Amino acid sequence: MQTRRETLKQSAVVAGLLATAGFPQFAHAAFNKAAFDAKSVQDAVKAAGGTSLAESKDVTITGPDIAENGAVVPLGASTALPGVKHMLILVEKNPAALVAMFHVSDAVDASFSTRAKMGQSSDVYAVAIMNDGKALWAKKEVKVTLGGCGG
Amino acid sequence: MADPMRIRAQASGDKATVRVLMSHEMESGQRKDAAGNTVPAWFIQEVTATHNGKQVLAAEWGPAVSKNPFLQFSVKGAKAGDKIAVTWKDNKGATRTDEATVS
Repeated sequence: MQTRRETLKQSAVVAGLLATAGFPQFAHAAFNKAAFDAKSVQDAVKAAGGTSLAESKDVTITGPDIAENGAVVPLGASTALPGVKHMLILVEKNPAALVAMFHVSDAVDASFSTRAKMGQSSDVYAVAIMNDGKALWAKKEVKVTLGGCGG
Repeated sequence: MADPMRIRAQASGDKATVRVLMSHEMESGQRKDAAGNTVPAWFIQEVTATHNGKQVLAAEWGPAVSKNPFLQFSVKGAKAGDKIAVTWKDNKGATRTDEATVS
């Protein structure tokens, strides 16, 4: 069992290493601003590299039916299909639809969970962009009783 | 520097489930302060994860991810004793890395 002090010490060492060596594998594609600025689900998927949209049973979106607090809505996207390039989580009626984009590698499952803010009741989408550019989606309606955006 | 992340990595079978709780304001850029001025967006843009030093995950986030974000993913082939490190970088350029051992 590690003590908290040891953990902190180790993370300081790691941070130091990163600062000095600059680990090249940490360099990756620049932030995809176009995708995160897109207002609609379609535009966001296009900006993320998806070409043809199709509904698919092999992609699953998980989330609550009713979210009491729109500031913290647990959402998950997963698929068992091989050859997934990106997984996207989108909320249709947010000011910008795209919530998160995950770059899938061979070493991780194409299954992610996070928490999102939702301004109002809306459909939420999980989109799997395949290596050939196909975008497979699944959606679910989430009702929000208290919005998470704006004051 | 921001508060440390809480990282929990648990091996089950041939993979490890990693749960991360980051500490970040995640300001959406939609809210207004008392004077009616828009509060500028401040959010985590990039998240990367490494398994024993090898990058396994990269993600890009928008401002719609909740405050103090939670992330769950699973790393194939990770076993007890392996190191999982998670790094985030926000839109102001601040960054933080934390490491955990798979149990």
